[in-house]
Amino acid sequence: MSDHEYTPKSKFGKWFNDRLPLLSLASHLTDYPTPKNLNYWWTFGGILTFCLITQIVTGLTLAMHYIAHADMAFESVEHIMRDVNYGWLIRYIHANGASMFFLAVYIHIFRSLFYGSYKSPREIIWIIGIIIYLLMMAAAFMGYVLPWGQMSFWGATVITNLFSAIPLVGEGIVTWLWGGYSVDNPTLTRFFTLHYLIPFLILGLVVLHIWALHIPGNNNPVGIDVKKPSKDTVPFHPYIVIKDGFALLMFMIVFAFFVFYAPNILGHADNYIEANPLVTPAHIVPEWYLLPFYAILRSVPDKLLGVIAMLSAILILAALPWLDTSKIRSAVFRPLYKQFYWILVADVLILGYVGAMPAEGLYLLIARVATAYYFLHFLVILPVLGLKERTLPLPLSITEPVLGGSPNIAMAKKKESKIE
Amino acid sequence: MSEKKTNRRDFLFTATYAVGAVGLGATVWPMIDQMNPDASVKALASTEVDVSAVTPGKTITVLWRGKPVFIRRRTQDEITDAKEVKMEDLKDPEKDEDRAKNPEWLVMLGVCTHLGCVPLNDKGDYNGWFCPCHGSHYDTSGRIRKGPAPTNMEVPKYEFVNTNTIKIG
Repeated sequence: MSDHEYTPKSKFGKWFNDRLPLLSLASHLTDYPTPKNLNYWWTFGGILTFCLITQIVTGLTLAMHYIAHADMAFESVEHIMRDVNYGWLIRYIHANGASMFFLAVYIHIFRSLFYGSYKSPREIIWIIGIIIYLLMMAAAFMGYVLPWGQMSFWGATVITNLFSAIPLVGEGIVTWLWGGYSVDNPTLTRFFTLHYLIPFLILGLVVLHIWALHIPGNNNPVGIDVKKPSKDTVPFHPYIVIKDGFALLMFMIVFAFFVFYAPNILGHADNYIEANPLVTPAHIVPEWYLLPFYAILRSVPDKLLGVIAMLSAILILAALPWLDTSKIRSAVFRPLYKQFYWILVADVLILGYVGAMPAEGLYLLIARVATAYYFLHFLVILPVLGLKERTLPLPLSITEPVLGGSPNIAMAKKKESKIE
Repeated sequence: MSEKKTNRRDFLFTATYAVGAVGLGATVWPMIDQMNPDASVKALASTEVDVSAVTPGKTITVLWRGKPVFIRRRTQDEITDAKEVKMEDLKDPEKDEDRAKNPEWLVMLGVCTHLGCVPLNDKGDYNGWFCPCHGSHYDTSGRIRKGPAPTNMEVPKYEFVNTNTIKIG
């Protein structure tokens, strides 16, 4: 892993490190050579780690007061909000933390899409990331069920019923998931168990994600391979640590704004009504971060095909390294891809918007067009674009464009030495 | 590659894997089956409902197996509407007579066959039910007419114990 052999200075350190090379690992992590042109879009990996740890810590403390029982869950959440010391704070951090987690993960994913970070040799990092994303959605969904409000109950009903679309075994699977003939206490207790488990699975996958990242090293805004260590890299500590730290601080300001000034703005008022299996709320809407997929589900008029379309919309991302045929990573050097990238961003935002609106009339039409375009982007535009697009010339190194891209290598070298 | 002869060791490997797989399956099954409905859930399988207070044009909703059941006393117009529908206009063709043994009483699970929401009474394009979640329209016989739901609302097993009491399940 490490590019240089590390020997601890102290005698005890050496003794310990020979038996368990934790100090070598620490040295690898601090010295890890990082491209020096990483911009702020690269700080979201660190921010996401922060989000995961925040969710685990606040989740553990909430679990000390929450009661996973259909008759008591709703009340126990109110008990947390009103009686438990700082319970309101911990719960608001946890609830809004989920939204912040998704905000950060979407930026992280779209950064990868723009700079081609999913391309060879980083496919495994990307696929692990998609698995993490899927687990995040599962955890968020099950977490939303735990307060046992109206949205919890009916969200759980609708999402588990997605499985009933499977021919022959669908109904059996749904009954098995519920542990009964409807969403009820057995459903709640198993969701609580899984909601508790998944963050630790994510934690393990994050370790693999970072491990896989440290093999080729970071991609960068220019998207070219970087020799490491070289003049094109800086050690992770202190350079990237400081930059990540600053970005995290900015992120925490946004986070704190939601927690302290608008803690319920991302939720639904209906979830402060206790679950009632006889009445479905007039508008069932998932949390904002699932809306684009919800819009895709609703845009297909057939039950099974709708479910297939929604799942494919997520799983298609795993095939992205092979659907994008272009060898050039960064959109900076792909003038056409750059435009299609922004159209995709707009498309996903539109899907999110219509996902929150009733599925009728013009909204339904827009959802159908946007769904079609979403698949068109990945299945047609990307493969064709990679073969047809005329890309811009790549610089030889990260340093070259900074120094004016002079073709005269001697000049560039001279300038470079002056800068140092 | 030269041709491989099956020897005693291959047999032992295969036999070990086979026994191992059976053992693993037998161990995993209880872990999976524990999630299925338990005895206490299955015990709540039937409900008796007093319908004497239901006047024509009214619907009551009762809970059976954790799910809502609609019991509607239909008006003569609704019955006529339901009977006049041509089979070829239906997504899930089913005669009204088969759904309501006694045409005045329609008993069905109040669960949208799309994704399980509870449809609203006296709503939608066919004067029957309308599901607010994803826009499925049902007629006065609870049959799917428009929207994403694949089938008609399910009619559970039920019987009239006497003129005023329905036993569901």
